[in-house]
Amino acid sequence: MKIALFVTCVNDTMYPGTGKAMVRLLRRLGHEVDFPMAQTCCGQMHLNTGYRDQAVPLVKGFAEAFASYEAVVTPSASCAAMVRDSHARLVPEAAETAAKVYELSEFLIDVLGVTDVGAHYPHRVTYHPTCHSLRMLRVGDRPLRLLREVGGIDLVELPEANECCGFGGTFALKNAPVSAAMCADKVANVRSTGASTLCSADNSCLMHIGGALTRAGAGVRTVHLAEILAATEEDPA
Amino acid sequence: MTGTTPDRATSHRATSHHEGPAMPTYVGMPSFPSAARAAVADTRLRGNLAHATSTIRGRRAEAVAELDDWAALRESGKQIKDHVLANLGHYLRMLEERVTAAGGTVHWARDADEANRIVIGLVKATGETEVVKVKSMATQEIGLNEALAEQGVTAYETDLAELIVQLGDDRPSHILVPAIHRNRSDIRDIFLRSMPDAPEGLSDSPAELAEASRRHLRAKFLSAKVAVSGVNFAVADTGTLVVLESEGNGRMCLTLPETLISVMGVEKLVPSWRDLEVFLQSLPRSSTAERMNPYTSAWTGVTPGDGPGEFHLVLLDNGRTATLADEVGRQALRCIRCSACLNVCPVYARAGGHAYGSPYPGPIGAILSPQIRGIGSEVDASLPFASSLCGACYEVCPVAIDIPEVLVHLRARAVESGPRHPLERTAMNAAGWTLRSPTRLALAQRAASASRRLVGRRGRIRRLPGPLKAWTDTRDAPVPPPESFRAWWARTDGGRTEERDK
Ligand code: SF4
Repeated sequence: MKIALFVTCVNDTMYPGTGKAMVRLLRRLGHEVDFPMAQTCCGQMHLNTGYRDQAVPLVKGFAEAFASYEAVVTPSASCAAMVRDSHARLVPEAAETAAKVYELSEFLIDVLGVTDVGAHYPHRVTYHPTCHSLRMLRVGDRPLRLLREVGGIDLVELPEANECCGFGGTFALKNAPVSAAMCADKVANVRSTGASTLCSADNSCLMHIGGALTRAGAGVRTVHLAEILAATEEDPA
Repeated sequence: MTGTTPDRATSHRATSHHEGPAMPTYVGMPSFPSAARAAVADTRLRGNLAHATSTIRGRRAEAVAELDDWAALRESGKQIKDHVLANLGHYLRMLEERVTAAGGTVHWARDADEANRIVIGLVKATGETEVVKVKSMATQEIGLNEALAEQGVTAYETDLAELIVQLGDDRPSHILVPAIHRNRSDIRDIFLRSMPDAPEGLSDSPAELAEASRRHLRAKFLSAKVAVSGVNFAVADTGTLVVLESEGNGRMCLTLPETLISVMGVEKLVPSWRDLEVFLQSLPRSSTAERMNPYTSAWTGVTPGDGPGEFHLVLLDNGRTATLADEVGRQALRCIRCSACLNVCPVYARAGGHAYGSPYPGPIGAILSPQIRGIGSEVDASLPFASSLCGACYEVCPVAIDIPEVLVHLRARAVESGPRHPLERTAMNAAGWTLRSPTRLALAQRAASASRRLVGRRGRIRRLPGPLKAWTDTRDAPVPPPESFRAWWARTDGGRTEERDK
């Protein structure tokens, strides 16, 4: 299978470790991934902020960059949802490529058929299911099923897990007080678990919650799902 | 739907934004972010709202989970409403014909002013100076009580929560529980101050408050000759109007007075009683978490010797046909005002209802107000952005309104409507330009990486300039990495050289 990695512009620029973990994980499972250099961004920030005209060329660019692959896998549930839900509506010709895009947990469980990826992560972890992974992509408990198989992990439930963390892209700036109030409640729930690691399938939400966690000196680190799944005893994250 | 009891209206009042005494119009409302800022700072309001909404949210989830055909009910509700909207002219003419044949009179109102003029004319023709009211969103939307007051007619709200709002010279902050921002002692104070026949020494026990309002209202029901109501549903093929409420006060208004005037948004139609059946199941479960609605009143024209002898129906457009013209936005007209979307909304729970600057708060207000009023004002242009797009509203909506989709659609309209944020436009264009080219993106990433030693200490940034300050006021920002993913990929041949070196 010819697999491409869509790393997303946020991970590419700010969280390269997540992209590297994707490559390491898939390679360990016996799959080579390609990184088409022509890729940039799915257009979500522009579309969701009201700049549809700026989003359209990005959608076209995405479809061109990934057209020749059988599957496209991405470490962002939010971007996967943007591609699958909105690309065809903005650019009808983008439909075919958009349909081949999978978020990491979907790809592992639905396409590769694995839940035990041979990872080892000996820490107390709590998982925040992001809104777009839950309510747009509908990944359900796939990420949790993957995490449960991780060796050494102490997985603890996050209270009020399904509540939005308040990130919402430019919402975090445009409605900063409301966003911060939502984040404060999320942070309190994370701290109540006693976890040392907060895991999620989207680095943008983790950037938001993590920024409040470090500001509060909470001593909880934020780690993307891909990085936990890529970690092994020999090669810890 | 109407109805609440004092103990359910358990919260503290928010700052009210009245422009003048007894004229709670929605003109010149502040934008959502600035109105929300004050509400968020009010920790007592926030705590009460969070408690009230999470309680009703849990009960709704249980009530809905009881039905194995919920998904089918939701789909039917959506299809019935879509069918009506696609054939609105046909069903409206049918309704007019059947209501007229049953002895009612139908009036058509293009906008709020015209609707108010019609109602005022009808009330004046009776020679009365008092009317009793059944809680109605449509009459709040047009500011009917204020318009009547200007003409010397006093409107008495008879829904308990609505009465609290009215006596407190306040605005509703929730569709179903308009006084959700008031707590028991607030309510006692309002009654003692503004209810002329409130008993001395009234306590804040729910039973005493309910009794005081019951006695106050009973006198009004017995003396009023004219009632004004809204409409939950209008059955086109029989000309029947339907109102759902929880207290029975609405039933009094609909049956005791001599003249009944009902104001109804044109989208409230269903074709037949079989269609109504769907909503009589989905609305109570979605709004009050009840299996069946307590008081459902239905009437067809007039019946000699039984109920009002004169019935007028005012059909209100007020921006609805303009909304219907928008292919994406029109789904907002499916709304049956159940308020489920408010109760699950994390933004509503923190910002409160008043910040939405209209009788329609919460997610539905954020998509309805900018459509029926247009996006000309500060508040209407800001409403489509009053959401984190978490999607909780869409999930619970009994008529499957994809609120996030409409919000995003309206954001584009707000941006295209004019240069409200010229700086943002510049930034978005620059970001678009950079992201359209992998080469330019790589250059920008290199610049970001080069800046890392300047910007942050210990891997985080505690302060950013300009508009980004809103981020670092409460959150650290990440420091750019030494190299981007694409730079790493190019340097290491996708990590292969690194692995070889190990
Ligand atoms: S939009 Fe849907 S959930 Fe919200 S009030 Fe209307 S019908 Fe209810």
